[in-house]
Amino acid sequence: MSELLQILISGLSAGSIYALAAVGFTLLWQASQTINFAQGEFVMLPAFLVLALSVKLGLPLWLAIIFAIFLSVLILGALFKKLVVEPMIQHGTLPLVIATIALGLLLKEAVKEFYSPLGQPFPSLLPEGVMTVFGAAVSIPDIANFVIAMGTIVGLQLFLGRTRTGRCMQATAQNPQVAQILGVDIKRMVLYTFLINGALAAIASILITPIYLAKFSNGEVLGLVAFIAAIVGGFNQIRGALVGGLLIGVIDNLSAAYISAEYRQAVPMVLLILIIMVRPQGLLGTSEGRAV
Amino acid sequence: MIRKLAMTTAAIAALTATAASAQVRIADVAELSGAGAAAGAVWHDGIKMAVEEINADGGILGEQIDLVAYDSQTDPQNSRAMVQKAIDEKTYVLMGTVYSSSTVVNMLVAMQNGMPQLTGSESPTITAKGNPYIFRTAFGAQKGLPKLGSYIKDDLGAQNVAVIWANTEFGKGGHDAFEKVAEAAGINIVADIPTEQAQVDFAADVAKLKSSGADAVFSYMTEEESARFLIEADKQSLGLPIVGDTVIASQKVIDLAGGAANGVASHVGLTAEAPIPAIQDMAAKFEAKFGYGADHNAIKGYLGVYTIKYVTEMIGSFDRQKFADTMHGLCLDAANHPGVLMDVCWDDTGEISRESFLVQVVDGKQQITKTLPAN
Repeated sequence: MSELLQILISGLSAGSIYALAAVGFTLLWQASQTINFAQGEFVMLPAFLVLALSVKLGLPLWLAIIFAIFLSVLILGALFKKLVVEPMIQHGTLPLVIATIALGLLLKEAVKEFYSPLGQPFPSLLPEGVMTVFGAAVSIPDIANFVIAMGTIVGLQLFLGRTRTGRCMQATAQNPQVAQILGVDIKRMVLYTFLINGALAAIASILITPIYLAKFSNGEVLGLVAFIAAIVGGFNQIRGALVGGLLIGVIDNLSAAYISAEYRQAVPMVLLILIIMVRPQGLLGTSEGRAV
Repeated sequence: MIRKLAMTTAAIAALTATAASAQVRIADVAELSGAGAAAGAVWHDGIKMAVEEINADGGILGEQIDLVAYDSQTDPQNSRAMVQKAIDEKTYVLMGTVYSSSTVVNMLVAMQNGMPQLTGSESPTITAKGNPYIFRTAFGAQKGLPKLGSYIKDDLGAQNVAVIWANTEFGKGGHDAFEKVAEAAGINIVADIPTEQAQVDFAADVAKLKSSGADAVFSYMTEEESARFLIEADKQSLGLPIVGDTVIASQKVIDLAGGAANGVASHVGLTAEAPIPAIQDMAAKFEAKFGYGADHNAIKGYLGVYTIKYVTEMIGSFDRQKFADTMHGLCLDAANHPGVLMDVCWDDTGEISRESFLVQVVDGKQQITKTLPAN
């Protein structure tokens, strides 16, 4: 029983970080019909920015993290929108998808070439230790990861639902023409969505890399898992991406422990196929309209 | 004017041709990217350092070594293609690969072409296939693990052991060899957990180990996976002694896992911490040159190149067949062949024999606890 509880908590911890990346998928889709297949590399890159700033330039870790989040917002948010999305989106969704696949490869190979092909240690900001919950020894970093990731998503939901800017972003996602007629600066709202995605990717990166190690190939796993989570949960709902991320994290851990380590990566795929067959819009997704 | 130009061009061409003919090509097919880069890149740096030293000292039989690197990308099929490419490009002797999953595939190509191959792989199957051209630079798991079995039983007093291993050619070799060692020593294997190459999440595996009832954990995975496992074990306070063979206590794993590596015990064939001045000297030069510590892979690559030099000088020509024939049953003593760092012998299968060590990681450093005789 304690083993099961421990696996569930570890799964929720990993799943909450997947959810951050999955929410980013959802946001970009809602705001600009962008399916970002470089999302995994977006989560990989900020860790290397932190390492470059702290190890190569000698900045204190906390300062390196702040700068890395700022750079991620700038590069993975604003520059991505300006240099990749805007020129490609006018040619349709498919060319943009291909462009993001190319961008993912470029980021991966660039990190391999200019930083290192080897895994790098990455410091954890979280306190170490174990606490006992119903007889199970649960690691404090797991709980902290979960709390930070969930707090970020809840904060985002509050921002979107309770602030004027957030509601304008929602209006832009639901019906850009009407939003524009009502005076919403839709270009600015779309930009905000990209900036938020850059920040979410940076937070996910800083939380997951102490466990995964910083490696150029980390995006392969993370991108796939986040994409599946977004589809399973519902591509047009943030809460769907959240549920999808948590579900994938838990199922991945349960399948590794009780089914087969060899097929652990296949299990989320099977789940994806089943969900698409039974409920194509995802667990919490809606088949009509779009909403941030 | 034109005549002068033509003569100058001819002279340059002649000089270039002379320089080209005075080179002997050694190929290194290694994991320079992909999941095995933590092993292959370090192995390659060890090779590079040895080549530079040998070239500075006049080369082999007066010829400079032309080292060519081929990236297997940690993909067995790609490694096979790279070995074929190296053979097509007139390689004298082949170094690599490090990952056993690749070596078992590409060594067949080398064998068919009569190409001597010095590998860093440790899977027992490699020297069990009757390939007369394959030679190890490190023990096969079947030679190293019996030394570890008695440590687990006698020193740790562990009766029940959980095994976590990489589900690859390398990992299977270690797993199967450990099963035999455990059976012989009367050790019970209470949990048997395979993991995948490039696996990043070990939370479920550690949870299973915690509830397995084991007295100790035997880990047999490659560098980055070992580090991730140790980080997760530390995160979940696994609280069991972790032992392994070579990789788990290597400098690369210690660097990646940080404090989580402390307490790990391991049998190691080669270590920069060995109480052998030649190894310590090599490790110091390596660190000064590359800016990071040499581990067993660096030392394997380094002594592999020196082995090529000594054997070639012994036979007096760049003859691949003679090279392979001479290697079988050969012993090189470190006093007369300092580049091999320790006295070493190869048997008829290409398996290696030399002293080894038991180590424990203390404060982020390997500490030698025992020197074990060659077997």
